[in-house]
Amino acid sequence: MHVLAQIVFIILLSIAGAGIYLSISRIRKNILLGRDEDRSDNKIARIKKMLLMALGQKKMFKKPLPAILHFFVYAGFLIVNVEMIEIALDGILGTHRLFAPYLGSLYPVVINVFEFLALTVIIACVVFLIRRNIVHVKRFSGVEMAKWPSLDANLILGMEILLMIAFLKMNAMDQVLQDMGSGHYTATGPFYISSALKGFYSSYSESFLIFAERACWWFHIIGVMFFANYVFYNSKHLHIFMAFINTYYAKLTPAGKLNNMPEVTKEVKLMLNLPVEETAADGAPARFGAKDVRDLTWKNLLDSYSCTECGRCTQQCPANITGKKLSPRKIMMDTRDRLEEVGKNIKQHGDAYDDGKSLLGDYISEEELLACTTCNACVEACPVMIDPVSIIVQLRRFKLMEESQAPASWNSMLSNIENNMAPWKFSPADRFNWADKLKG
Amino acid sequence: MEYNVPTVAELKAQGKSPEIVFWVGCAGSFDERVKSVTVAFVKILNHLNVNFAVLGTEEACTGDPAKRAGNEFMFQMQAMTNIEVLNGYGIQKIVTACPHCFNTLKNEYPELGGKYEVIHHSQLLQQFIDEGKIKMTEGGEFKGKKITYHDSCYLGRANNIYEAPRKVLEVLDADLVEMKRCKTTGLCCGAGGAQMFKEPEKGNKDINIERTEEALQTGAKIIAAACPFCMTMLSDGVKNKEQEHNVKVYDLAELIVQSQRL
Repeated sequence: MHVLAQIVFIILLSIAGAGIYLSISRIRKNILLGRDEDRSDNKIARIKKMLLMALGQKKMFKKPLPAILHFFVYAGFLIVNVEMIEIALDGILGTHRLFAPYLGSLYPVVINVFEFLALTVIIACVVFLIRRNIVHVKRFSGVEMAKWPSLDANLILGMEILLMIAFLKMNAMDQVLQDMGSGHYTATGPFYISSALKGFYSSYSESFLIFAERACWWFHIIGVMFFANYVFYNSKHLHIFMAFINTYYAKLTPAGKLNNMPEVTKEVKLMLNLPVEETAADGAPARFGAKDVRDLTWKNLLDSYSCTECGRCTQQCPANITGKKLSPRKIMMDTRDRLEEVGKNIKQHGDAYDDGKSLLGDYISEEELLACTTCNACVEACPVMIDPVSIIVQLRRFKLMEESQAPASWNSMLSNIENNMAPWKFSPADRFNWADKLKG
Repeated sequence: MEYNVPTVAELKAQGKSPEIVFWVGCAGSFDERVKSVTVAFVKILNHLNVNFAVLGTEEACTGDPAKRAGNEFMFQMQAMTNIEVLNGYGIQKIVTACPHCFNTLKNEYPELGGKYEVIHHSQLLQQFIDEGKIKMTEGGEFKGKKITYHDSCYLGRANNIYEAPRKVLEVLDADLVEMKRCKTTGLCCGAGGAQMFKEPEKGNKDINIERTEEALQTGAKIIAAACPFCMTMLSDGVKNKEQEHNVKVYDLAELIVQSQRL
């Protein structure tokens, strides 16, 4: 029987591992569909930023209440997962609480820490569910927060609660069995939080408790395997890993700096009879600016997978606050959804397949793009350093340079710059007339 | 006082070169309201005998609105033309009162061959204060008056300059009050990203109105700005709220000129 359980466990673990591996390869492949961009510089500064933003969650603490609750879930996730090592080894080796004899009197201390965190995870997740579904915190709504994104969030919170409850129940029954002196349930010392649940189980028979304890154990471990696959398959919860990668590769230059398109530099230099370095951007790109996800950089695409749809960006966006259609969160979610679609198309129909759709137009409208003030409030707000402005500007570039489409007032501004060297219709010869004011 | 605004070309003809170029910007050159800011800043520079010059008619739009609207060609044409002029004169250091010019010159020109030390006028004013060249006017006309400072996105979030403008306001001996959304969470005036040059998209409110309401809520009679576009947007907002007789929008340089009676 034990051997059978071990085999089943190993098979399940392998399936779960393979599922996660497949998801990661899919996501990696999709991200690499983006244009090249060098972010391999300044590794030390990048590691520092990652530690501060992802590990230290610096930006989360702008909102103290969600920050503290989120910190418990995050710490719970990281630390309770240490317990997963024991659980997985128990499963493979057919042992029970493998580490208990090695850790001795330290073992109950460790388990008590896990239990405390499990309890805080449950409390935090319940508060989060209330904030989403009863209090209706505004940033969790919006046009982009349709059925699936809202359900996704609730499912994640629900699963986390169930997993933690199973963990505590399992420990409670284990202790009742320990008290009974049952078989291999060796005495470990008290687990304070789960022992509060002991009362529920003390009247059950030993064989039932063993069955129920094992059921909780299996529910917990299979739940964790399922949850991990759920997260990697197609969920906003991917941010638990992406936060680290994304903050590492985040922009180190000032937020106000937009990149200068090297392919344009070359053309402009030729037009102005300036010397052109041969290395600069040889082989013109298919198009100027971005029409679809493959025109964006891999970093933009990485950003899209890092988004956990918290809405801090949209909450700070001046355009969104004043009722415009633009929502930076929608820009990120659209980018990810379209990228997933393009990835599927390539897998099914090959690389050259064109489904006649594009990010610009079918997902993101011109009206949204035109509403952006490039104020960087969204960039500043994002706890994982996502940059929606970069995507917006690249889509604008396509509109303007490839389709020559802009509002009429922008066209006059542009022709004024071209003809008068100023965005307004003034003669360049009058540019210095302001100094006349000083002569009076 | 005799005011002196040399151009870089004039200095060159005399075999001289300025320590720092004052980049006036298009708004500072052409916009009636913003021209007063330009004049105020020149008064300060003259008063402190700063060896500066302007480019005069040789200056051209940095290309910021073109770039942010999406026309990278036009931006780079402007940038390269300006860089040719600046490099031709061997310019090392630039100060500007426009955060958009500041951001573009400082962050986007270097890759295109324009490498200068670029500072915003709030930073230069702070330097004057630190050096004791501009001193606090105790009991001056601003004493005890409420002033609120509106963060320009292109100074603040874009370039992390939050303290210099506030330090400048401190010498007024005024009562500096912050809006609810300030510094890193400061609300945009609505003009950035080339919005200055088009009508806003459809919504339920204009951004400058939202921001002006917030500024008025502080009870301040003076809204301090450090950006020509913010100044236009907030002045329009104050007019829209019919508060133009009670509440004034001033640039930092204008406030220094008033308090120092230059």
